[in-house]
Amino acid sequence: MTQLALVIDLNVCVGCHACVTSCKEWNTSGSAGSLSDDNPYGKDPTGTFFNRVQTYEAGEFPNTETIHFPKSCLHCEDPPCVPVCPTGASYKREEDGIVLVDYDKCIGCRYCSWACPYGAREIDEHQKVMKKCTLCVDRIYDETLPEAERKPACVMSCPTSARLFGDVHDPQSAVSIAIREEGGYALMPEWGTKPSNHYLPRRKTRLHIHEDELVRADNPLKKEQRGHAAPVDDTTLDDSTSW
Amino acid sequence: MHPAFSVIFLTTLIGVGQGLFLAVFTGQSYSTVELLPAEDSVRFYGTGAIIALVFLIGGLIASIFHLGRPERAWRAATRWRTSWLSREVIILPIVMLLVFIYGIMHYFNLDKVITTSETGFVLHLSLVIGALGSLATFALFLCTGMIYAAIKFLQEWASPLTVINYLLLGTMSGFTLATAFASYSAPALMNFFGIWAIIITIAGFITRSASLFRNSRIKYKSSMQSALGVRHSQIQQKSMGFMGGSVNTRDFFNHKTLLFLRSIKWIFILMTFIMPLFLLWIGLEKSNSATLMAAFLVQYTGLIAERWFFFAQANHPQNLYYQTV
Ligand code: SF4
Ligand code: SF4
Repeated sequence: MTQLALVIDLNVCVGCHACVTSCKEWNTSGSAGSLSDDNPYGKDPTGTFFNRVQTYEAGEFPNTETIHFPKSCLHCEDPPCVPVCPTGASYKREEDGIVLVDYDKCIGCRYCSWACPYGAREIDEHQKVMKKCTLCVDRIYDETLPEAERKPACVMSCPTSARLFGDVHDPQSAVSIAIREEGGYALMPEWGTKPSNHYLPRRKTRLHIHEDELVRADNPLKKEQRGHAAPVDDTTLDDSTSW
Repeated sequence: MHPAFSVIFLTTLIGVGQGLFLAVFTGQSYSTVELLPAEDSVRFYGTGAIIALVFLIGGLIASIFHLGRPERAWRAATRWRTSWLSREVIILPIVMLLVFIYGIMHYFNLDKVITTSETGFVLHLSLVIGALGSLATFALFLCTGMIYAAIKFLQEWASPLTVINYLLLGTMSGFTLATAFASYSAPALMNFFGIWAIIITIAGFITRSASLFRNSRIKYKSSMQSALGVRHSQIQQKSMGFMGGSVNTRDFFNHKTLLFLRSIKWIFILMTFIMPLFLLWIGLEKSNSATLMAAFLVQYTGLIAERWFFFAQANHPQNLYYQTV
């Protein structure tokens, strides 16, 4: 079985919001219709987004670390948002595991948004239907696009390549290898939703340099300086072993 | 969560309707086995069922305001296998239909005798319809409660107490209304309903207090650490990624101060349980219809506050991601 998903590398995300804007751009002009906005250039702008980038800080000054944290629907393997939907508008695709909303069936009851612990669903307050990340389902299978571009818009736009896209059920895919080898984890594992999207933790690259690595013991320049060893006063191995 | 008045009115109004129907039908079934005097079909059973129906319709109308696309509401009946909301959407019209048939049967004297046993027990068709209606009513309470209790990460709701409270609080308000209604149209039943209203109100008070107690010491499973997957005891949000708010900040927060929440809690405890108990007692002692009616009105207003608090108190884990602009 295929399960398409994103893997987001928190170690390289710089919080530039390129994925947010390119997601909005692609999905507001897509075949499923626009994503509503109110006061986009005025006071209190608000609107429907599939993807948000948030910023957190861990620790206390001066020992702090900034975490830029993109969040969109995680396409859970056991999505709690699907069974609660009274109309069947929310569904998980058999063939690739993408969780979608059928905008023609949704009655806008918001029950699914209550049932998503991640706050990944946002109702479109003008079209009155529930919206969420589609993993660019209208892009990734589009054969008119060059093969290299058949990826979600956010993945295409990320300047640091913090977003990987692929099949997390295929053990040899780049995403599976990244999850396996770079310590990929799921959000809020306590609810058993089994999110398909994974996050790669921030990693520190530390160099451990010892004194003797700075001074080469076998430096030929130092050969001449080496005199005879001073006579040893301490106990030596010779003294301690006796026949 | 943000308390939506459409849902507050939906749940409280259908609660009254269901409770009142249960009360009326209890009156009729007791009279069949001669524990209570039989009442006039038109004045009591018929009119009572129709008042119950009016409350149910009121709730249905309120629910329409909750839907973004009410014209597609029929679709909500399709996923009854998995969704409690869908089950509620199916059961509600069934309850309404049965209450309607029951009311019409009494009001226009269409009731038929099905059989008469040797001991003189007369089985009326209306009793069968009423029994089915009561079953459906209980099923509706279950569905309404489970809509909330089934969302496991809304930990304030995910408890059997939620279902019990919907059942008891709805039945309680219906019996209080039945008491007031009986004092006008069937005085012989007033004490019977009144005593049951008091008993159910006390029971509801106990179970609602139990849920308040449970919720005051809840341990949240999700934390900033599990939400981000960062293992650090001090994590602060610096930006939620936008400035003007979104559905996530509007639908999931109550935007009220702790003081306001606490006052609503005491107001609803007073108005849903304590004052109605007092008014019921005085009304029954003095056989005063106006006091009994006041008991119902105070209790219903209290229930609106109770439901508001029920929503406002629930803390959704998504709120962890929306701590600061
Ligand atoms: S992240 Fe939320 S909306 Fe997406 S599949 Fe999981 S529960 Fe459903
Ligand atoms: S808002 Fe739409 S998709 Fe969500 S539960 Fe209701 S009908 Fe289903």
